[in-house]
Amino acid sequence: MNLKLQKIIPQLITVLVVVLVFGFFTYNAQINMENRGIDFGYGFLSQESSFDVQFSLIEYDGSHSYFRAYLVGLLNTILVSVIGIIFATILGVIVGVARLSPNYLINQFAAFYVEFFRNIPLLLQIFFWYFAALRALPLPQDADAILGVFYLTIKGLYVPAFIWENLNVFLYSLIAAIIAIVVIRIHARKVQETQGKQLPVFWIAIGLIFILPLLSFLIGGVSLSFEIPKLKQLATTSFIYEGGVSLPPELIALTLSLALYTATFIAECVRAGIQGVGKGQKEAAASIGLNPNQVLKLVVMPQALRIIIPPTTNQYLNLTKNSSLAAAIAYPDLVLVFAGTALMQTGKAIEIVSITMLTYLSLSISISILMNWYNKKIAIKEK
Amino acid sequence: MSKINFLKPDKDNLTTFLYIGSFLFVISVIDVFLNSFFSLNITGFLPSSLSFIIPIILGFIGLYFIRIEHSGYKFLDQVNKNINTNNFNAILSLLIIFIIIKATPPILSWFVVDASFAGDSKDVCSGTGACWTYIKVWFRRFMYGMYPNAEQWRINLSFIALTLLGSVGYFATEKYKKYLTLYYVIIYPFIAFLFIFFFISGGPIFFDFSYGIIAAVISIIIGFFIPSKFKFYYFIFVPITLYIVLKYFVFYEELIELGKLEGLNWVETGAWGGLSLTFIISFFCLIFCFPIGMAFALGRRSDFPLIRYISIGFIEFWRGVPLITVLFMSAVMFPMFLPADFFIDKLVRCIIAISLFEAAYVAEVIRGGLQALPRGQYEAAKSLGMGYWRMHIFVILPQALKLVIPGIANTFLALVKDTPLIFVVGLLEIVGMLNLAKTNPKWLGFAMEGYVFAAIIFWIICYAMSKYSYNLEQKYKTER
Repeated sequence: MNLKLQKIIPQLITVLVVVLVFGFFTYNAQINMENRGIDFGYGFLSQESSFDVQFSLIEYDGSHSYFRAYLVGLLNTILVSVIGIIFATILGVIVGVARLSPNYLINQFAAFYVEFFRNIPLLLQIFFWYFAALRALPLPQDADAILGVFYLTIKGLYVPAFIWENLNVFLYSLIAAIIAIVVIRIHARKVQETQGKQLPVFWIAIGLIFILPLLSFLIGGVSLSFEIPKLKQLATTSFIYEGGVSLPPELIALTLSLALYTATFIAECVRAGIQGVGKGQKEAAASIGLNPNQVLKLVVMPQALRIIIPPTTNQYLNLTKNSSLAAAIAYPDLVLVFAGTALMQTGKAIEIVSITMLTYLSLSISISILMNWYNKKIAIKEK
Repeated sequence: MSKINFLKPDKDNLTTFLYIGSFLFVISVIDVFLNSFFSLNITGFLPSSLSFIIPIILGFIGLYFIRIEHSGYKFLDQVNKNINTNNFNAILSLLIIFIIIKATPPILSWFVVDASFAGDSKDVCSGTGACWTYIKVWFRRFMYGMYPNAEQWRINLSFIALTLLGSVGYFATEKYKKYLTLYYVIIYPFIAFLFIFFFISGGPIFFDFSYGIIAAVISIIIGFFIPSKFKFYYFIFVPITLYIVLKYFVFYEELIELGKLEGLNWVETGAWGGLSLTFIISFFCLIFCFPIGMAFALGRRSDFPLIRYISIGFIEFWRGVPLITVLFMSAVMFPMFLPADFFIDKLVRCIIAISLFEAAYVAEVIRGGLQALPRGQYEAAKSLGMGYWRMHIFVILPQALKLVIPGIANTFLALVKDTPLIFVVGLLEIVGMLNLAKTNPKWLGFAMEGYVFAAIIFWIICYAMSKYSYNLEQKYKTER
């Protein structure tokens, strides 16, 4: 009896405190909202937003609803995160491997990069790229073409647009190639496990991913042409590029700084992962006659990935959350569009902040559930 | 002398290869060097694309010639081993050497040679270099924000005093070592708070907080005499009760009278800023987030399901949202949750928000340390008859915390790097002040200098912290 009480009392106290705090907050919120004449509710989401967003992936203007504005912000956040993740991964893996290079100059260079970018606040880096570095770019009329088609100017980066015909056939061919690669991989693994033979999966995959889409061009009637941006004079001193796709400088500054910053952390994860594979493993693999490539592919990488992936996912999550710093340089992401402009207009502080937080929360939680599942799958199965 | 095969450097003709190789390599380096420092192009007679690539080719051939194993020269072997193992590495090494040589002159000229240091107006900055005059003129603003110039000695004095008080640990003799934890965890933060509140802020001598302070002091003194079995409950209930009793029943009138005594000039928190604000916020968040994080780490591993779920919910919630939304919440949503006449200063709100946010990360780090300890430690402590608190304080936590020093240091680093985000609530620490100064019409166009200045400061702080944590880790490392 006494033991039971000892277990129950601390729990009861904790719950009581939590309930009291929440109750206190809700009670005050009700009173405050009554005093200020605000009513609680999510009805405003379907109202007309009547503000404009300067960069949007989907069609949007002031006549659309607040919910549409929310979607615009969410998509912009996802865009920045995805681009940032791709670049950060590429850079991070290169730097991480470079830190382990036997070449003294290279590993010192990589170490310098990591120590330099890791120790400066991300916000400062974003400001630096946006307000200092990108402001030094030429005006549209003075810009030189890079490779003849790209224009990097103070107003952003102009790249040629793809104009597809029969895009769906091309996509089908890509999907077919991916499915074929997966099937071949599974087959190759079976062959390796039963007969010990190695199939050149990598080269087959490369071939498939090029040949099938190429076939779609030749047979499927897919065609691709480019629309190259052209300089156009609006007024005597005002120029702009027309045609093509324009990436605003905010997007460039943000992805650049996110990628440079997060790559340092990913590089450390990669380094730790590769170092975490014991030396004996490599030596054992070499002594049973595997060549260096096979050692890397069959022995080191599978074990290193197990160490690398969980912290790297954490870094991806951090990058996604850090992309909310976009609000500081007026890139229209979720925080700026929804928790900034929409909140100012409607005054629905509780609803909007809670929606924004829940969005980020569900993004993180879904990714971490996915990762836990993956982690369990690749974890060493002890017998 | 045997026949020389130039495609295959070997040991027999070591000196020949060594001379040719070093000569080519030195020529290539000199070419790049002259090119970048004196803008002389000794291969200028060639077409521009060829002249551009020729140092790399020369250097590559040179490095190829001197790549001879076991040459007998120690230096050569060292070079070959470190930067010249194969063709690919040789090219990368060359590229890095050339990039360093190429990048030095512009960086040097921007930072020092062409930079302007003198004067106190924009006119002196006409050169192509950096305008450090801008930093010089705005230095006080970057350090102290809008804090009045005449009162800045208060910040300086507080920081010096707190640094001295903080370094007590280094001078403590063996006899007093055991009190250091108590000192750093409770007394030192308390003194720091008093300094910030009465000295930097210049608060009235008796204020609402004073009841709390008196209540805390009295309850701690009495707390020494309470049997340890009830201490936990004692410290949960007694201070709060005491505070309420003190505030509403005992000498209320007297304190109001005392409160009218004049202290230092009141400087509201809106005027604080610059680097000193970065320090203040980092310091308090660091102090608060650690115990909170520890509590939730223990809570997450508790045997009581309700406490465990609450802890998991807390940790996952804060870890799932970006700090900027948390600050938004503290700015626009939090005042709605408090009684209408109840006002919390925005700096305090900010510190609470950041502390809770970082506490979740600290909790996860500490949990990692708790999980890494072998079960035997818990079982051994229990079999000695230790209770939950005794076991954790004397056996588990010291070992667990030792294990997670790097993780905690990383979290603290992240905290320091996150402080610029407080611009969301309108507080301007150093990065915020830079953005303000940059828009001043008299000083347009010096964004670069400002950001470089702040970056150097942050870099030094963060790098020093990470090196310090590395030293700590080495110091407390015990073989297991």
